[in-house]
Amino acid sequence: MRNLFAVAILAGIYSLLSAGVFTVLDAVDVAFTEAAVGAGIATVLMLGTLSLVGWEAKAAAHRPFLPLFVVIFTGGTLIYGTLDMPPLGGPDNPVHHHVVPRYIEESPQEVGPPNIVTSVLASYRGYDTLGETTVVFTAVVGVLLLLARFGISRHEEKRRWRRRGLG
Amino acid sequence: MRDQIILRIATKVLVPLILLFALYVQFHGDYGPGGGFQAGVIFAAAFILYGLVYGVGQAQMVLSLRFARACAALGVLLYASVGVVALLLGGNFLDYDVLAHDPVHGQHNGILLVELGVGITVFGVMVAIFYSFAGRGRADS
Amino acid sequence: MRVLGLYNYWIFIFLMMVGFYILISRPNMVKKVAGLNIFQTSVFIFYISMGKIFGGTAPIITHDVGDHGEVLYSNPLPHVLILTAIVVGISTTALALALVVRIREEYGTVEADEVHLMDLEAE
Repeated sequence: MRNLFAVAILAGIYSLLSAGVFTVLDAVDVAFTEAAVGAGIATVLMLGTLSLVGWEAKAAAHRPFLPLFVVIFTGGTLIYGTLDMPPLGGPDNPVHHHVVPRYIEESPQEVGPPNIVTSVLASYRGYDTLGETTVVFTAVVGVLLLLARFGISRHEEKRRWRRRGLG
Repeated sequence: MRDQIILRIATKVLVPLILLFALYVQFHGDYGPGGGFQAGVIFAAAFILYGLVYGVGQAQMVLSLRFARACAALGVLLYASVGVVALLLGGNFLDYDVLAHDPVHGQHNGILLVELGVGITVFGVMVAIFYSFAGRGRADS
Repeated sequence: MRVLGLYNYWIFIFLMMVGFYILISRPNMVKKVAGLNIFQTSVFIFYISMGKIFGGTAPIITHDVGDHGEVLYSNPLPHVLILTAIVVGISTTALALALVVRIREEYGTVEADEVHLMDLEAE
């Protein structure tokens, strides 16, 4: 597919469909976030990038035999790895046993909010959320370092770069 | 370009509703799906919509890049200072029990402030990234 | 045949491999970023499916059930982890797209093999 506009829109549709899958799997917070972030912000950023970069991709030059082989091999290894996994949706799966019953039972008394995901995110695992907020902040610092102009026009930027002999 | 009129009026009607919905999601994250991240993204989406329809220059007159950058930093600062205040009041870092006269109210205050910090940061980050991409312009090609 | 009952994991692995294939086989950098995005979203679906309990409901405590019924809640812990992962994923995507824009400005192209050739010629 060489039309990159279609690629961006299809990726957005995939995110929206996965938000629907999350809702069916009872993950309402995650569905909300995925719909807002994946189908919204990611699509806007990709379209913005395409407007700066070009809307057509060049056709691939060589036949993709090696990538296909690598992908099939990795997929086969992963399927072999999941042969020991418990069946989907069983209440006795090991993932439901160790810490989670304490969260579900103690959260109304210890923390308060009915939304268990919020109470785990902000209170029981609040330190991780601090780290995540810092990651988001680091991302904006990185993007601003790469892309922001801070009042200098492109012409002036090139002039200064050339005057320093670097370019 | 008469179609622009429809887009502009629809945007003018929608932006306040989106902002209101974002505030609802932020403060009702305790009782239903929602919370800081979703609210920050939706709040930013209102400004991004305004920027897409009216132009990035107009959007930057409403909400400058400096303010967005300040918001991004302020949210992380708010989150970390909630933790430090808990330290100063005698508990562990980010231990919300000591923030009020009894633990349940302390937890409630702590979660409210922390989610607010996260929402402010995510809002500032999304708006700043959008301004960086949209304000670049085709100066070279 | 217990193995055939695990077909749901195969679906998620197939989606992951689609994203992985796009990442390694297409030279256009914007397509690579899109493939990375698809890969990440498939991993999220994989994780969330592990937290699902059949007959359970969303992990928000409701009080209109009455105390005589045990309400079964789906596991909230994967949801928390994936919320963090989604936000970190969008940060990575934004940074990757910013890098793509800068590469286009410096090299004039976003095809990975052409950029590689230009680097080799410049040495």
